Amino acid sequence: MSSQTPASPDQTPARPLVRFSKVTKRYGEHTVLDDLDLDVAAGEKVTIIGPSGSGKSTVLRILMTLETLTDGLIEIDGEPLWHERRGDQLKPASEAHLRKMRGQLGMVFQQFNLFPHMSVQRNLTEAPRQVLGLSRKEAQSRATELLERVGLADHANKYPGQLSGGQQQRVGIARALMMRPRVMLFDEPTSALDPELVGEVLHVIRTLADEHDLTVLMVTHEMSFARRFSDRVCFFDKGRIHEQGTPEQIFTDPREARTREFLRAVLEPDV
Amino acid sequence: MLFAIAWDASSSWSLAVSILPILLKGLWVTLQATVVGFLLAMAFGLVLAGLKSVPLKIVRWPAKLVSEFLRDTPLLVQLFFLYYVLPDYGLLLPAFMTGALALGLQYSAYMSEVYRGGLEAVGSGQREAARALNLTPVRTFTHIVLPQAVPRIIPASGNYLVSIMKDVPVLSVVTVLELFGVARIIGDRTFNYLVPLSMVGALYLILTILAAWAVRTLDQRLPKHGIALR
Ligand SMILES: Nc1ncnc2c1ncn2[C@@H]1O[C@H](COP(=O)(O)OP(=O)(O)O)[C@@H](O)[C@H]1O
Ligand SMILES: [Mg+2]
Repeated sequence: MSSQTPASPDQTPARPLVRFSKVTKRYGEHTVLDDLDLDVAAGEKVTIIGPSGSGKSTVLRILMTLETLTDGLIEIDGEPLWHERRGDQLKPASEAHLRKMRGQLGMVFQQFNLFPHMSVQRNLTEAPRQVLGLSRKEAQSRATELLERVGLADHANKYPGQLSGGQQQRVGIARALMMRPRVMLFDEPTSALDPELVGEVLHVIRTLADEHDLTVLMVTHEMSFARRFSDRVCFFDKGRIHEQGTPEQIFTDPREARTREFLRAVLEPDV
Repeated sequence: MLFAIAWDASSSWSLAVSILPILLKGLWVTLQATVVGFLLAMAFGLVLAGLKSVPLKIVRWPAKLVSEFLRDTPLLVQLFFLYYVLPDYGLLLPAFMTGALALGLQYSAYMSEVYRGGLEAVGSGQREAARALNLTPVRTFTHIVLPQAVPRIIPASGNYLVSIMKDVPVLSVVTVLELFGVARIIGDRTFNYLVPLSMVGALYLILTILAAWAVRTLDQRLPKHGIALR
């Protein structure tokens, strides 16, 4: 990883930036996440792969506080996400606490979820101005810089509906980065795109992640990207991490039968 | 004012000409009742829609009950209720205001459904993106959800505006001198109902066509994806 991870002296370097401890999520009888443990270190790029319905999106959505958890503990840099410490007890988090914690996270959605009634520029500046209190000028210069980085400098005044899917997703990435999050969550960022547009989006993710030394947790079906991009790959099945390891290990030497089965189906689909 | 006018009943045509000014006065009252009723319906409807979407059952339930009651009882009954019962409790409103209030209340139930439909049509992804960006719930509602709901709300509310206009004649039973009430009195006096009532029909037809055209134009002018607020 490159330079800028701040290593505060009172912090043990081993402490992960994101930690899931025995996290369970149920919808009624249906267990979606089952006692999940997952650590992501600062600056680490982790991809989640696995069959549909295995709980991949749920991991990201609970982390982004779009969905509650049923049981367990999530910590961001040692601080509970869904709980607040009162004395030595953990209480359910207040909205103020959730707001504070959410500020450290950014999310990119499969369907982009851009605000269709706002220009690209306004999509980027709305939250920084409202939430971070940036002045119009500060927000605009940050937006200009990021649009440049994602190759959309000329599109600031367009509306999302006037852009291709690939361009929209690049706006989505820029919009999330405007808030300067510590952790970026990507939920199948290229699944809704035409095949020829996938490359430009993955390229942007990769360049920005490197440049900003981002911590990334990403769900994807782009196996070759996962292999080149990630420090670690987690194979999800039935709400658990069935197997995890370096991309090398997972893609060339999977230990579990289910992982092999999944990778074979994805990489060499029977026609 | 009405009874002071002279009419010329020598022919249908001259009768029509001589009663036109007074009918137009009635028309003006009809339009006022329509607009005030509609504004009240929009305001009450928004409140009802809000209450009906509160997660707490103790709030949501009564709101649904009220909404159902307003929709399922006749306007005439509601109007009589307001006109004859409210004064017993010290609330004495002029006939016009009572009528506009009755229209506003009945149509607030319909309007609340219009709002709900418009708001629900804005995908959950929009709210999720706003939440991920840490926008407050209020800001999310006013600047993300509502602006996108408006283009869906406008055509449906335009239809209710026309319906309200067509319900205004009911107000004549509590002495509001709107278009139809005026025409009826003219009929009583001249023993000619054909001319004034035909004129009411024609005026309504013109208004309805104009209103439909206005709603359609507005609908076409509005960006389909909504309007961003400053
Ligand atoms: N709101 C919900 N209510 C009930 N079940 C849900 C809900 N959201 C997701 N699920 C279920 O949770 C499971 C995991 O979903 P998800 O995390 O989206 O899987 P993935 O992203 O791996 O495809 C699925 O079986 C899905 O049907
Ligand atoms: Mg998913």
